[in-house]
Amino acid sequence: MKLPIYLDYSATTPCDPRVADKMSQCLLSEGNFGNPASRSHVFGWKAEEAVENARRQVADLLNADPREIVWTSGATESDNLAIKGVAHFYSKKGKHIITSRIEHKAVLDACRQLEREGYEVTYLEPDSEGMITTGQVSDALREDTILVSLMHVNNEIGVVTDIAAIGEITRANKVLFHVDASQSAGKLPIDLSSLKVDLMSLSAHKMYGPKGVGVLYVRRKPRVRIEAQIHGGGHERGMRSGTLPTHQLVGMGEACRIAREEMGADNEHSLKLRQRFLNSISDMEEVHVNGSLEHRVAGNLNISFAFVEGESLIMSLKDLAVSSGSACTSASLEPSYVLRALGVSDELAHSSLRFSFGRFTTAEEVDYAVAQVREAVEKLRELSPLWDMYKDGVDLSTVQWVAH
Amino acid sequence: MAYSEKVIDHYENPRNVGKLDDKSDKVGTGMVGAPACGDVMRLQIQVSDEGVIEDARFKTYGCGSAIASSSLATEWMKGKTLDQASEIKNTDIAEELALPPVKIHCSVLAEDAIKAAIDDYRTKHGES
Repeated sequence: MKLPIYLDYSATTPCDPRVADKMSQCLLSEGNFGNPASRSHVFGWKAEEAVENARRQVADLLNADPREIVWTSGATESDNLAIKGVAHFYSKKGKHIITSRIEHKAVLDACRQLEREGYEVTYLEPDSEGMITTGQVSDALREDTILVSLMHVNNEIGVVTDIAAIGEITRANKVLFHVDASQSAGKLPIDLSSLKVDLMSLSAHKMYGPKGVGVLYVRRKPRVRIEAQIHGGGHERGMRSGTLPTHQLVGMGEACRIAREEMGADNEHSLKLRQRFLNSISDMEEVHVNGSLEHRVAGNLNISFAFVEGESLIMSLKDLAVSSGSACTSASLEPSYVLRALGVSDELAHSSLRFSFGRFTTAEEVDYAVAQVREAVEKLRELSPLWDMYKDGVDLSTVQWVAH
Repeated sequence: MAYSEKVIDHYENPRNVGKLDDKSDKVGTGMVGAPACGDVMRLQIQVSDEGVIEDARFKTYGCGSAIASSSLATEWMKGKTLDQASEIKNTDIAEELALPPVKIHCSVLAEDAIKAAIDDYRTKHGES
């Protein structure tokens, strides 16, 4: 077993060796290095063929038409293109957007920017399990609503949104529906021929593909229009200019092919490991799983170890690569805004860790991780005045703290 | 975030962890911080009849820097008089542990804990 153990698959995944192999064939002079937009020679034609093959592989994973796939640099760009692109194109129709408090920063910050431009945004509050309901969406719809943007699977707590049901509501009300599927693509079946989703963001590096590439699905029937955010050259039917990076796209295509063929086995594997982890800590006191366990993607586990602070816990877990909150916010001292939106108390939010399992995680690694976690939590609880108080039967919510 | 060697040393081998009898009139207890802010320190001193801190104990809920700051505080307080101990400054703690700017508040909290423990002792003895 190699240390440290990687248990942060929700942050990013290593490339599958099959992906890396395909990518490496598109770099050197004897390989497929041409510019896919070069029409005048075989180097361009070959590169274009590889790009279109990859596009088909992505479309196949989603049961979509390859012409609905727009290449981007990743899900952050896809989210920006979808939200700003729709808002700018349909601004005459309305300027109201609905999203939720627990979206990724790429969605929240894009919405903030639109607010500065005069748009209005409604932020739905999840319930204590992390769920957004169809009722909340219908209640928030207005005459001037143009877009609903919700994530399929939450990056911190792994909770799954019912996008099929929400899509029925948005379609019936002629409002566009954007779904950030970064954490679900390749992990949950997605059938865009039946789902009433109009735009969908995907990222390659969450599903064993390379970083720096993603996709925005833009529906053709009924046709969805977006205003480009990056201009120059008119690539991707004018929606996203820029020379297509053949190796990246081929990598994402191969990652999608593998995900489609091995999704069942991958999920079973991750779920088994998560259950193994949960079973082996089930006898520990004051351990709370954050977010619904029932409506949750297989590889995610977000747990609070009460009376132990998350950052010091991570410091103890030297041989484990895990995160407190999401990678994008792990440098800040604030507790997770996602957990707070669920109504998790600040102290439990400070005590939370995200373990995420994936294709290359082994049972041996999980067992080792559990042993480390148990030892660290025990040690830190011995050091914790809060644990003392809990053991003495003090109700911490009644204590007058000297805040600073 | 990279921690300094001294922080790691205190974190891995915390000095003077424990609890003193807070009912005893030889003991002063300071508890500062709040769980919601991510750190709580409990620092206790046991003072001899001569006014010298003969024992100091802590327990801390917080990050590695908070644990190290309070561990170091107990080390520095032992053997000092109350007046000497109240001279310990957060900047000294921060410097000794090479705390980065985002962790300075941990040393501030340790100074607050020192002061709170001394105040508690003095209040018990009708001095403050």
